[in-house]
Amino acid sequence: MTQQVPETVLASLNLGLHQALQEDRNVILLGEDLLDPYGGSFKVTRGLSTRFPDQVWTTPISEAGITGIAGGMALRGMRPVVEIMFGDFTTLIADQVVNHLSKFGSMYDQHVDVPVVIRTPMGGRRGYGPTHSQSLEKFFLGVPGLTVIAPFHLSGKTLIGAPGELLYQTITKLNSPALFVENKLQYLLKLLSPADMIEYETTALPSEGNLDFPFYKLAMQSAPPSQLTLAAYGYMAHLAVVAMKRLAYEYEVFCDLLVPTILAPFNLEPFYDSVRQTGHLLTIEEGTLSLGWGAEVIARTAESLGNALKKSGRVASKGTVVPASHDLEAKCLPDEEEIMTKVLEMV
Amino acid sequence: MDKNILLYEQLYTIRRFETLLLEKFSTGVFHGTTHTSIGQEANAVGILSHLVEQDVVVSNHRCHGHFLAYGGDPQALFAELMGKPAGVCSGVGGSQHLHWRNFYSSGVQGGTVAMAAGMALAEKHLGGDAIVVDFMGDGTLGEGIVYESLNMISLWQAPLLIVLENNHIAQTTPAHVAIAGDIQKRFEAFNISTTRLDSSDILEILPVAKTLMKTIRSKRSPQALIIDTARLGTHSKGDDTRSEEELTKLWQNRDPIAIHGTRLSEAERDAVHVRVDARIKTAFDHALASEGGQP
Repeated sequence: MTQQVPETVLASLNLGLHQALQEDRNVILLGEDLLDPYGGSFKVTRGLSTRFPDQVWTTPISEAGITGIAGGMALRGMRPVVEIMFGDFTTLIADQVVNHLSKFGSMYDQHVDVPVVIRTPMGGRRGYGPTHSQSLEKFFLGVPGLTVIAPFHLSGKTLIGAPGELLYQTITKLNSPALFVENKLQYLLKLLSPADMIEYETTALPSEGNLDFPFYKLAMQSAPPSQLTLAAYGYMAHLAVVAMKRLAYEYEVFCDLLVPTILAPFNLEPFYDSVRQTGHLLTIEEGTLSLGWGAEVIARTAESLGNALKKSGRVASKGTVVPASHDLEAKCLPDEEEIMTKVLEMV
Repeated sequence: MDKNILLYEQLYTIRRFETLLLEKFSTGVFHGTTHTSIGQEANAVGILSHLVEQDVVVSNHRCHGHFLAYGGDPQALFAELMGKPAGVCSGVGGSQHLHWRNFYSSGVQGGTVAMAAGMALAEKHLGGDAIVVDFMGDGTLGEGIVYESLNMISLWQAPLLIVLENNHIAQTTPAHVAIAGDIQKRFEAFNISTTRLDSSDILEILPVAKTLMKTIRSKRSPQALIIDTARLGTHSKGDDTRSEEELTKLWQNRDPIAIHGTRLSEAERDAVHVRVDARIKTAFDHALASEGGQP
C-alpha cells in the first residue's frame, strides 16, 4: 500500500495502527465508537474498521471489561490494542492493569506473554472540564511489569521514533502490557522535520530494554554551554521546545531539553550527563505536582548525582480540578510562559 | 478400575489434600493463607472430567480442587503453598495464583471472568476448537466487571462455560444479605443459556456438565451452570461464623465424599483411603524436603 508521509501526530499514529493490523491478524483493536465513518472520538482509528473489519471490535462502554478481555486474549496468543476514549477513564481499568495484566508475567513465574497495548489521550486545553481533561499517567508509573510510553512529535524520517513508529513497535514487539499515553493537543501537532529543527541540535540517545526507544536530547545549535536541563515528555515537550528557543533569543539563557519516550520503568541514565554539566534540572509535566513524574526524576537524579545537582524545580498543573472555562483552565495548566519564568528564576 | 471407585478416588484426593493442608498449617510449614474447597469437590471433578487437552480453565481464590481435578501435581501445589522453588509457580503465586499448562487462577475475583472471556474469544478468533471453563463464586456476583463481561460474552458468543459455585456464603457474609433478586436471571438477562443444579452428587453433576460442554463445542457459544453447593470448611483457616447446627446439617446432607461413598463397599472405600492418604503424604513429605522456602 502506498501511504503518504504523515504530517501530524494523529496521522502518524493512524499509520502505525494500519501497519500493525495489516502485518498480523492477531492484532485487534478494542474500544468505544471505533467504527467508520466515526473512526473513534479523536479519529486515531479512522479507516481501520473499513480495511480490517474482523480486527476492529467496537465495544460497549465497559473500560474494565474490555481491558480484562484483552488480557485474556493476550494470554492465549493475540495482541490486542485497547483504546480508552479519555485518559481520565484509566481509573476504571486500574484493577485490570495493576492486579491482572501487569502481574500475569511474574506471578505465574514462567513464560507468560501479555502483549496488550492500552492507548489513551490525556490532557486538557479543550475545555472538556474536570473529568475529561486530566493527565493521570503518574498513577501508572511504578507499577511492576507495566511499560508506560509517551511519543514525541519528531518525524521518523530524521530520527527513529515517530509517534506511529513507536506505537507500531510497541504493538508488535513488546510482549508485556503497555500504557501508551497520547495527548489531545499533541494529536494536532505537525511532526517536526529536519527543516523545522534547523536551529536545534537534536540527538537520539540510546536506551536499554526490550524496546529500543530513544531519549531525545535537544540543545540550541551552536550555543554556549547550557545553563539548565529541562525534562519533559508528550505535549509538554512541545511547550519546552518552544520555550527553550525563546529563552535563547529573548534572554540568552540556554537550556538542554531531555525527552524520554519510555516513562516507566524509569531509566534516567541518559539524563545525567546533561544535568552533571548544567547542575540545574527543571521538570515539566501536565499532571498535578504532588508525587508526580518530576518528583521521581529529581529524586533519582539527586540519588545518582549527589551535589552535582545544585538546583531543581518542577512545573506542573495546579492541584485543583481542571476547569472547563477557557481562562480558568489556562491558569490551571502549565504553559510556555510558566516554563520560561521558572527557568529565569533558577539560573 | 470401576468408574465409581475412580471418581471416589478423585474426590477423596482433593479432600485429603485439603485436610492435610489444614492439619499442617498450624505447624508453620505453610506460608501465607489458603482457601480450601472442602465440600465442593464434586464440582471440580464433575466438570473437569470432560476437558480435552487444549481446553482452558480459569479459577479463583478457592482453586486447589480445580487444580487437582485438572491434573495438577499435589506435590507441586504443596511446595507452592510452602513458598518453595519446586512449587507450581516457584512460590511466587502462592495459594491463589496458579498457572500450569492451560490452568490459570487469580485472587481478584471479578477480573477472572473478563480474563476467561478474553481467552474464549481468542480461541474463537484464532479458529481453535478449545473451550474455556471459568469457575466463579456467588460472592463474585458483587463485582461490576462480571456484568460488563457477561454482556460481551453474549454479544460476541464466547465459547465459554461459566460455572457459578453457589455455596451461599462469601467469606463470612451469607448470600441473603449480599445478593438481591434471582441469580439465574442475572445470566439470562444477557441471553446466556443457564442451567441450575442443586446437588453435591458427582453422578448428577457429571452428565449435566457433559451436555453443556458438548453444546459449547458444537455451537461455539456460552453456557452458564449454577451449582448450588455447600462450603463445608471455613473461608480460609479459622474464619467461619456459621453455627455448629448449620454446619452439622451441611455435613450430613451435602458432603460429596459421603454421598458418593455410599456407592462403594466399606472395603473399597478403605482401599482408596489407604492409597490416597499415602500418595498425599508422600507429596507433602517430598514438598517439605525440597529446597528453599522458609525454615
